[in-house]
Amino acid sequence: MNRKDLSSNCEICPAHHLANLKKLGVEMERYDYVVALAGNPNTGKSTVFNTLTGLRQHTGNWPGKTVTRAEGGFAYQGQNYKLVDLPGTYSLLSMSTDEEIARDFILFGQPDVTVIVVDATRLERNLNLVFQVLEITDRAVICLNLMDEAERHHLVIDDRCLARDLGVPVVPAVARQGKGISLLIQMVAEVAIGEITCKPHRIKSESPVLKRAIQSLVEKLQVAFPGLPNARWVALHLLEGDSRMEEAVRSGELGNLVSRLAVPKLETLSEVVT
Amino acid sequence: MNSLERQKEVLAAASALRWEVGPNLHDSLMEAIYSDAARISDRVLTRDDQQPSFDLDRAIDRLVTSRWLGFPIMAMLMAIVLWTTISGANVPSKILSSFFLEILHPFLKQVTQAMGLIWWLDGVLIDGMFLAMAWVVSVMLPPMAIFFPLFTLLEDFGYLPRVAFNMDRWFKKAGAHGKQALTMTMGYGCNAAGVVAARVIDSPRERLIATVTNNFSLCNGRWPTQILIATIFIGSLVTPPLAGLVSAIAVMAVVVLGVGCTFLVSWGLSGTLLKGEASAFSLELPPYRPPRIWQTIYTSLIDRTLIVLWRAVVFAVPAGATIWLVSNLYVGELSLAEHAVQGLNPFGLLIGLNGVILFAYIIAIPANEIVIPTIMMLTVLSSGLSGVGEGSGVMFEFNSAAATAEVLQAGGWTLLTGINLMLFSLLHNPCSTTLYTIWKETRSVKWTTFSALLPIGMGFLVCFTVAQVFHWFVVD
Repeated sequence: MNRKDLSSNCEICPAHHLANLKKLGVEMERYDYVVALAGNPNTGKSTVFNTLTGLRQHTGNWPGKTVTRAEGGFAYQGQNYKLVDLPGTYSLLSMSTDEEIARDFILFGQPDVTVIVVDATRLERNLNLVFQVLEITDRAVICLNLMDEAERHHLVIDDRCLARDLGVPVVPAVARQGKGISLLIQMVAEVAIGEITCKPHRIKSESPVLKRAIQSLVEKLQVAFPGLPNARWVALHLLEGDSRMEEAVRSGELGNLVSRLAVPKLETLSEVVT
Repeated sequence: MNSLERQKEVLAAASALRWEVGPNLHDSLMEAIYSDAARISDRVLTRDDQQPSFDLDRAIDRLVTSRWLGFPIMAMLMAIVLWTTISGANVPSKILSSFFLEILHPFLKQVTQAMGLIWWLDGVLIDGMFLAMAWVVSVMLPPMAIFFPLFTLLEDFGYLPRVAFNMDRWFKKAGAHGKQALTMTMGYGCNAAGVVAARVIDSPRERLIATVTNNFSLCNGRWPTQILIATIFIGSLVTPPLAGLVSAIAVMAVVVLGVGCTFLVSWGLSGTLLKGEASAFSLELPPYRPPRIWQTIYTSLIDRTLIVLWRAVVFAVPAGATIWLVSNLYVGELSLAEHAVQGLNPFGLLIGLNGVILFAYIIAIPANEIVIPTIMMLTVLSSGLSGVGEGSGVMFEFNSAAATAEVLQAGGWTLLTGINLMLFSLLHNPCSTTLYTIWKETRSVKWTTFSALLPIGMGFLVCFTVAQVFHWFVVD
């Protein structure tokens, strides 16, 4: 096989370049999949968002810049994706407004794929959020961003080992320079379509007592809130004594969240938040 | 069983089951998460052995957040940004204004004459609306096109969190939130943007404090006023080579006074109307990143400059029409504008300003950018100067500060008027865009009114005091 053959092989590979990507900006009347962008503050979520959608959501090097969620779209291999940029959070315990926005969307908006943008230079702390997201959804892709800074700090990360341990795809990236974005899109697409099935790492130390408690609470929740996604998670948090969740049950807000955030697919989306 | 009962049942079941699973569920789950995170990151992460002894980020941080050098470095960076903005904006400003006033304006006049437009319609459209737009574009666009990219570069580099870090101690002492440093800095571009940025503060009490005090950051519309008046009245006190420096120092002094007012009012509010403890927040100092220069310039031009400019134009155009109308509608011998100026004059003189300035600030509520041209137009009108400007109600600007000074001195202006105008430009009500934004963010008529009246009250008080002191020392 000579050199020429090799290069033509590259061109038919979907990950070869970004030419397959069509940036749709905010114009996404119809979409097939919803992708959420989550992550710690200041890890480059908005940069990834802008690269994918062609929008220019303001990015800045300070934490907490995205206050509300921004939405945009892109098309890849004939499928339309809606991308939702969530505020950066350290946890999903809903201690503050931005954590609540992020958590409510991942819980009840039921994105098809959640991309968790991770700061490669602060891996351990970022993993705390990753685990909390993986508790909720099993369709996730990790974007291991800021690899250039990690290199500058002489950090070497074994991304394959990380992917194996987490049970979801891990894509090393330098979003500011567009590096790794094509692979990220491919992974997002494969998870969305179902070509990749994730087996996410779960924190499990469930005693039989806890298992039974969750089971019985889930049943009650499904009676009170028909169609509630992630009922198991809600049940677990009620058992933990999460006051915010208790309040959402008491006021019936839980039901509203489900109907408000779960947007039926392939419908005209009239209000677009940027 | 209705839905309310079902919800109650869920809660009852939850609290019953909580006893069975034990009280430490939350803690044990969190512990599991933390230990797993530590375990996995230990496994996949290796440091190569050449850990450098010198860490550039740490070194910069030690410098810019140091107790002694932190504030001087902040002041220096601000002075550099200001200086570049002031000196860089001059030339394009002049080119734009001569294009609008000397080429486009006469041309439009000819067109309307050829069309045979009625004189007052021609006046409202061309001399009022068009000139207001032209002024705002030529005065605002160049400084914004320089200021915003510079500011955004600093932001992209990662300096802003360090500013917040330095200021945090002071804001905490004032009972406010450390993130207010960020919203305050945003206010130097545009107060409306600063008010929106206050969303990053979670506690409603501290968000309100940040919202109310944002007006003490000089916005883009006020920088030109400060610079022009400082050049005319303060720069002229010293010899020409020093004039630029002295004027810049005068403007910086007003900025520092604004920061002082921010702390004072924050402290006052958190001790009275908005009582409460300052909430703690963890501010992560992000790593420094080499700014992406072209991208930053491009996005800050599109996202910040043009959007702010467009809003200013939208507000300035009807104001231009109003100015033209009040100076051309006569009641008895005098125009409406002259009646108002004469009515406001006694109070204006009492606080070391004059009727023209006060009336100009009323007309210019929509946009601070049009304060100076309005003042000039009203001064010419009320002092009966002939042979300058373009006639009643026509906003104009002189290309040289000297010509502006002549008109102002003929209108009875002194050093005191200049100083007080700079002070009043800092301490007066926010523009209507900002007020509308405050209302939109707080949904409270009470706080919107408060945000408007508090700075005016402070402005009157400060100007009055300065006038008394000035009269004490200087015999006019």
